[in-house]
Amino acid sequence: MADTLTLGGRTFRSRLLVGTGKYPDYPTMVRALEASGAEIVTVAVRRVNLDRAKESLLDHVDPKRYTLLPNTAGCYTEEDAVRTCLLAREAGMADMVKLEVIGDEKTLFPDTPALLSAAKRLVKEGFVVLPYTNDDPIMAKRLEDAGCAAVMPLAAPIGSGLGIRNPYNIRIILETVKVPVIVDAGVGSASDAAVALELGCDGVLMNTAIAGAKNPVLMAEAMRDAVAAGRKSFLAGRIPRKLYATASSPLDGTFF
Amino acid sequence: MEIVVNGDPRGVAPGSTVASLLRELSLPATRVAVERNREIVRKSEYDAVALSTGDRIEIVTFVGGG
Repeated sequence: MADTLTLGGRTFRSRLLVGTGKYPDYPTMVRALEASGAEIVTVAVRRVNLDRAKESLLDHVDPKRYTLLPNTAGCYTEEDAVRTCLLAREAGMADMVKLEVIGDEKTLFPDTPALLSAAKRLVKEGFVVLPYTNDDPIMAKRLEDAGCAAVMPLAAPIGSGLGIRNPYNIRIILETVKVPVIVDAGVGSASDAAVALELGCDGVLMNTAIAGAKNPVLMAEAMRDAVAAGRKSFLAGRIPRKLYATASSPLDGTFF
Repeated sequence: MEIVVNGDPRGVAPGSTVASLLRELSLPATRVAVERNREIVRKSEYDAVALSTGDRIEIVTFVGGG
């Protein structure tokens, strides 16, 4: 049976979700998206630039090829987040959204009471809600109970590249909720992505780790491989950690 | 008459609609969403919704983001 990720009734082969922000230029972004193998890409909702007929993101990201996942980045209130989702849907997106309600400019940590409240409203409006949240198992459970299609705990602050700061909480979240768990934010390198999948997470979402790399296309490829390797490692079942050595070669038949 | 589009004042001809405003701005209706005084205007209503003096219009689209 194919190993797939299901979100809101839709099935995906790739467990890597990538952002479209902060690339040096559109051609690099296009090649990085291709190299990542991602099927879901996040986009932000902003005012149209009226001054000049600027190139549009949608000229470069084909919605037939990628599932576009509008985010509510930059929203500090429940009201703004809900409004952004409603606008994204009206602009032609499907019902799946990455919900974030930011609580603080410096850390970009989520305002979880507002997040939960926004999630409830959006679920009622028929959205498939994927919330960016803390690595807090209690909040993850609350979001699942609210009807979210997944929970997306942060590994570390957005754009920090610090990797998974609290793998134990991520493990507890995995034991706590039944919906897919996608690590969102804070991944810096391919090994971080592999760790997320080895822990048993269903996917990883990242932007800066790829877009900000010296070679975004090569890093996208590394992330694709790391996610695949981490998933296989998880499915294969790792050996237990032991303090002392166990010989790999037989002790019988030694002639010395 | 004067309206506000994405925060900036803008003069439009009397009798303008959401559809005519988008045409004037060369914006394809398929890629944007429009709010008029904080209410979403459905795409099917772009032709029908007439603009009034002082209307606050927001036109949004998708940009790169994480």
